[in-house]
Order: sequence, then C-alpha cells, then structure tokens
Amino acid sequence: MEIERRISPDDVVELNPNYHFRWEEPQQAHVLLYPEGIVKLNQTAAAILEACTGSSSIAAGTEELSRRYRRRDLSAEVLKFLEVAHAKGWIRVKS
Amino acid sequence: MPKAGSGLSLDGLGMPLWLVIELTYKCPLKCPWCSNPVDFDRYRNELTTQEWKSVLREGRRLGSLQLGFSGGEPMLRRDLEELVEEADRLGYYTNLITSGVGLNPKRLRALKKAGLKQIQLSLQACDQELNEKLVGLDVFDHKISIARTIKAEGFPMVLNVPVSRYNIDQTEAFIELAADLGVEYVEFANLQYYNWALLNRAELLPTREQLARSEAQVNAARERLGKKLTIYFVVPDYHDQRPKACMNGWGSIHLTIAPDGTALPCQEARLIKGIDFPNVREHGLDWIWNTSPGFNQFRGDTWMKEPCRSCSEREKDFGGCRCQAFLLTGDASNTDPVCAKSPNRHLIDDLISGAEKRESCGSKPLIMREGGYPRRTDVI
Repeated sequence: MEIERRISPDDVVELNPNYHFRWEEPQQAHVLLYPEGIVKLNQTAAAILEACTGSSSIAAGTEELSRRYRRRDLSAEVLKFLEVAHAKGWIRVKS
Repeated sequence: MPKAGSGLSLDGLGMPLWLVIELTYKCPLKCPWCSNPVDFDRYRNELTTQEWKSVLREGRRLGSLQLGFSGGEPMLRRDLEELVEEADRLGYYTNLITSGVGLNPKRLRALKKAGLKQIQLSLQACDQELNEKLVGLDVFDHKISIARTIKAEGFPMVLNVPVSRYNIDQTEAFIELAADLGVEYVEFANLQYYNWALLNRAELLPTREQLARSEAQVNAARERLGKKLTIYFVVPDYHDQRPKACMNGWGSIHLTIAPDGTALPCQEARLIKGIDFPNVREHGLDWIWNTSPGFNQFRGDTWMKEPCRSCSEREKDFGGCRCQAFLLTGDASNTDPVCAKSPNRHLIDDLISGAEKRESCGSKPLIMREGGYPRRTDVI
C-alpha cells in the first residue's frame, strides 16, 4: 500500500475533480457531491475547503481565514481537517 | 444509491436527497435477479419526456441532490441525453445506471456534453461464457470495451457486480479487472432477494464459506490497493444477524419513480400488497412525498410491532426492510425476519442451510427475466 505523504502548509491542494462542492439552498449548507454519495459540510469545513483549495498554498489560505475570522494560530486546525479530507479522497495534492 | 446494507444514517432534513427515475422497464438482458417486477411487461405506459422533466423540476424543489437514471435499461430511451441535460441544468449530480448495452462512443460523448457526472456499469462475470449464461446475451466484450471508453471519456465509474453463488468465486478476478480498467469504484452488490431474485433464490444464494472467502479477498485487496480503488461490499443481509437500515428508513431520503409514474419509497415497494402508491400523473411530488398515505405508512416508529417497538436499535435500523417483512412473513409491519430478534428468523436460517445442501451450480435451471411471466403453469 502506498505511503501517504502528510500534508504540509506549503502544499497546494485541489478538490478531487470527481467531487462537486457547492452551496445547497434547501439544506442551508455546503455539500460535496460525488459518485453515489453526499457529504453535508459544517461551516468550518466549508470555509477551509473554500479558502485552501485551488491555486494558492494552504498557508496562504490559512492566512486568509485568520483575517476573515480574526483568529490567529488556525494552522493546526486547518491541517488536521485537510488531512482528514485527503484521507477521504475529497482533495489531492497538486503536483 | 444509498447502500442497502449500510448502517450509515444520513439526515436529509426530511428531503428526498436521492431520486431514482426508472425510465423504462424494458431491457435486452434477461438477468434472473432483476429487481424489476416479475410482471414488468404489464407496465407499458412510460412517462413522456415532458412528464419526466416535470418530475425533475419538482424533485429539485423538494431538495433532491443525487439523481439516478435507471431502468430497465435507460439507454433504450432516446431522450436520455435531453433528460440528463435538463437534470444538470437544475443542479443534480447525475448518475447513469446501465448494463452498457445501447451505450456507444457517440452517445457517451453526447451524455458527457449534456453534463452526466458518473456511470455505474454492471458486470456479471469475468469471462464471456459465464456472463452470457447469466444475462442470456453475448455482451461481455461490448461491456469491457465500453468500460474502457467510459474511462477514456473521463467519467468516474462504478463497476457494479451483482453477486450470487454463480460469480462470487470470481471476486479476485473482478478486482483485477477493475484495477486494469482504471475504475474508481467496484461494488460487490450481494443480491437482495426480491422479484426475479426471489424466484431464483435457492439457486443464487451463496454459501457461508463462499461469502467468507469473498469478503477476505475484498479486505486483502483494500489493503493492497489503498485509495486507487474503492471497494464497496454490500453484505447479503440473510447472512447477517442485524437487519439492514433499508433505504435509511421508509420515506426518509429516497424516492423512486417507476416507468409508469408510480412514486415509491424504494424500487421494490410496489410488491407490497395493499398500499396505494401515488402517481406523478395525478399528484404533485410535494404532496406525494410529504402527505400521501403510501409514503407515510412506515415513517417514524408508531407502526412498529414487537420486538421492534421496544428495541434499542429501532432508530438505527428502522426495523429492517418492509418489503422483506412482507415477502417472508406476509405482513409488512413485522420485524424484518433477518433480525436475530425476529420470531421468524428461522425462515432465513432454513434458507441458508438449504444453500449448503444444494447440488452444484447449474443443476437446476435459472428462471430468466422475460415478458409474459408468470405463465399459468408457474407458481410464485
């Protein structure tokens, strides 16, 4: 079995292209849709996915979250969630 | 679809998160475990393109998110691409559940363009001979070839294996094939015994030993392949001691619309006699889901009898499957006889024991899915 690399703040991660992440009005929540599955995300999880996936590094996304929520030292919390999301296959490290 | 054997409970806030539309009961294959009604050919009044579109719009208004295009064989509907396009526009995550027959590169590209997100392709055996025997048609090579095209077109794909005594010993070969095809998911769907599968149950039910071996092979492959291939193993509920949390509860998150517009809490529910299921031609989907007596019949737990009524697990498994309770005990509000606490569990144990004592595969013929059943000479 391949050894999973831990995610680091310098990584750029992206959403698994088979997953669709969006706001769902009737649920009043963000959802992840994928083959045969639905995940309803809480506000924190959705905010992290929004800020930390795409083109900038996790560190840059974390800074943005810190500014938006006026909280310092979010790094550990963000990394912890992203590692769970990575293990579940929701996101992948961009090469 | 929510895995029938899954214990996972998903709170849909009372919305039909999963909408399955069975576009037609027609299918070129003759699978002897088909989940369609045994008298499927009596239902000829399929919804029109416009009627299906109206179902899709109403479903989204009710909060449906995942949409399955199913059948029968949905590829037989020439308006499939048009319906997928409408569904995508409305914001569904669209899944096509197909045998692959009727699918070709041209239609695949059209479906991709229409916004189709995912394809679930069924495969019944890892070799041509057994596959033909099980589905009644020589389509193995086509299925493999179309699986490769599906991947080439960039669709995520679930390879769905309906598991019976006949193909369970090919578990490892299926996993190898799935890895070779590059699919993301393989689903070993041990058969659930309703409709055609029920007619053939004695011949299809695997033995305990077969099942244990298959599950061990699945677990070993999960270790070996990690995230490259996700393997779902839907347990055959007969061999379990606890009933499945069927459909996550009646009228909880799942809504099926049959080809003739009949709305059902699951694709098998019309086999329960005495429930008047509403039809989208006569009622709005909102009334059907929220108000109709059919969808409220087994919601909550006030309908439950003992041992469910006082059981600490009643909110976990909802008493199991209503269809199974009806088929095996004659009363849909009884505890699913799969449950070890059910006074009827011996019915299931007898069936499993019977499976151990049978002769080899093929010593008795399978009743293949065909029109005109039941014939007068047949006894259900």
